[in-house]
Amino acid sequence: MRRQYNKKHLYIGGGMFLCFLFTFILAVTVGSLKIPIPEIWRVIGHHTIGFPNQVDPMSDAVLWSLRFPRVLLAMVVGASLALGGVLYQGVLRNPLADPYILGVSSGSATGAIIAILSGIGAGIWGMWFISLSAFIGAFIATVSVFILAGRELRTNTLILAGVVIHALFGAIITFLLSMSVEQMSRIQYWLMGSFSLREWAHIWVLIPVIVVVMAVAWFTQRELNLFAVNARTAAHVGVSVKKTRFLLLILASFLTAIVVSISGMIGFVGIVIPHLIRMIIGANHRFLIPYSILAGATFMMLSDLLARTLLEPRELPVGVITAFLGAPIFSYFLYKWRRNL
Amino acid sequence: MLTIQSVSKHYDTRCVVDGISLQLKRGESIGILGPNGSGKTTLLRMISGELTPDQGEIWLEEQNLSKLKPKARARKIAVLAQELLGDAPFTVREMIEMGRYPYLSRFETLSDRDIDVVDQILQQTNLSDRGHTRITELSGGERQRVAIARALVQEPEILLLDEPTTYLDLEAQWSLLDICKHWQKEKGLTLVMVIHDLNVASLFCDRVLFLQNGKCIAEGTPKEVISASLIEEVYGVSTVVIPHPETGSPQILHQPFMNNPRKEHDS
Repeated sequence: MRRQYNKKHLYIGGGMFLCFLFTFILAVTVGSLKIPIPEIWRVIGHHTIGFPNQVDPMSDAVLWSLRFPRVLLAMVVGASLALGGVLYQGVLRNPLADPYILGVSSGSATGAIIAILSGIGAGIWGMWFISLSAFIGAFIATVSVFILAGRELRTNTLILAGVVIHALFGAIITFLLSMSVEQMSRIQYWLMGSFSLREWAHIWVLIPVIVVVMAVAWFTQRELNLFAVNARTAAHVGVSVKKTRFLLLILASFLTAIVVSISGMIGFVGIVIPHLIRMIIGANHRFLIPYSILAGATFMMLSDLLARTLLEPRELPVGVITAFLGAPIFSYFLYKWRRNL
Repeated sequence: MLTIQSVSKHYDTRCVVDGISLQLKRGESIGILGPNGSGKTTLLRMISGELTPDQGEIWLEEQNLSKLKPKARARKIAVLAQELLGDAPFTVREMIEMGRYPYLSRFETLSDRDIDVVDQILQQTNLSDRGHTRITELSGGERQRVAIARALVQEPEILLLDEPTTYLDLEAQWSLLDICKHWQKEKGLTLVMVIHDLNVASLFCDRVLFLQNGKCIAEGTPKEVISASLIEEVYGVSTVVIPHPETGSPQILHQPFMNNPRKEHDS
């Protein structure tokens, strides 16, 4: 029995990893400048292990300073959004919980915009200040939703609380934008979600955060499983429910805040990816966490690839693509579950 | 092994449990009986640590229950209530393995011993061949067996049961109660159950406790306590109580409807 179990995961995990790898190679290969695959490996080798020590400067510039950071950022952002979704859904024991729907994304965006407009977002540490301010926004949104929804955390109260918070922060964002017309279009474009004009610096901000959150999520997988069953059950077998819940919600908001401050509000990834994975492999977080991360990364690299190639040379905000891909899937879940909500 | 010292619990201004004291001995089974709203479930939730008493204390051997770490408490006390399995698509085995939580530190995975315990209990609850079935595909009786299996892998000394047989058919009820009785006899498990069926309680429990408006109004073996006059007093329904032909435990027969004018309706 055990072996069968492992074999199944070898196939699914292996298959997903191959998809991931294939998408990555596709994403760094395709672009306005066509670069042959061997050249890509040469550039990677040149920058990581120093071999070969000579590469074509043109491909190097395009790959290393433009395409790689972008693809890697899409990868990490996708992974973070999916992980955030897993955490929110697990802790709130709710199939429709996701940072976007709960209003946490707009809370983060509000925080980030305040930092940008007030000028503390400029300078060397600007990126960190924007992220910090976004985190404060995310935290306020999370706590408000939590308080509004009450202890029971029922789906409809939670979603309604999310709608209210989302609307409130949406209004604040609109207000802030209308007060600063000269920055409006730039911020609006960022809000819609995009990976263009991002640099290595953005990746270095995000990577330590997602690594920490991933580690914590991994080592609280048993608690997450128990929350997904029932908070009472979790308490019965000895989980410190309040403490663990609080820790995980803080981490999830933190992750959301960083992601939003880097790539804007990208919807649907956090809700659709964990659901698809749950349907395939079940609710055990031992598999749900790594598979969702892998699938989120793949999905986002693919979405970004579509965003920059579909209407070349024009570029679409990636949020448009994820919404087009995610909305039908989300609608399907909603349709399927509406009786239970 | 468990001592309850005059505990009380208020919701707002209403006193739900009012100064109840009780001593539990190892390996006995106690039934908590009484009408809806008499405080049975609240009492049980104070024993499980979900609620803390406003007054009074609960002692587990030499330790105050409210001072015990959650995991340490869960190694001693397990709970079986209705429908605590949820609808997330876990497999039967995954669900039951969760009961080992109190034995694992954060960075540990299931040891061989943990897996042995789970295997044994899967067998005893007749679920061995259902290990990889998702719980969403089980029948009501099987779900309840999964729930009790998860409680038993905690290897508790005390098992609290909150209306464990409600909504189950006769076969499922008896198979569940059989499992509990077996553990009581073989492993000295102490059982505390809130139950509505007085006949089952009378056959199953060594001791029963009647609650009314949060107070304990009768306590003792079923033979000592269960009588037509007590049932009339507690539930306001007149009945005939006769001894069970095999065990002599009191069994309740209801009056034919025409001869049984309703005294007071209790939802």
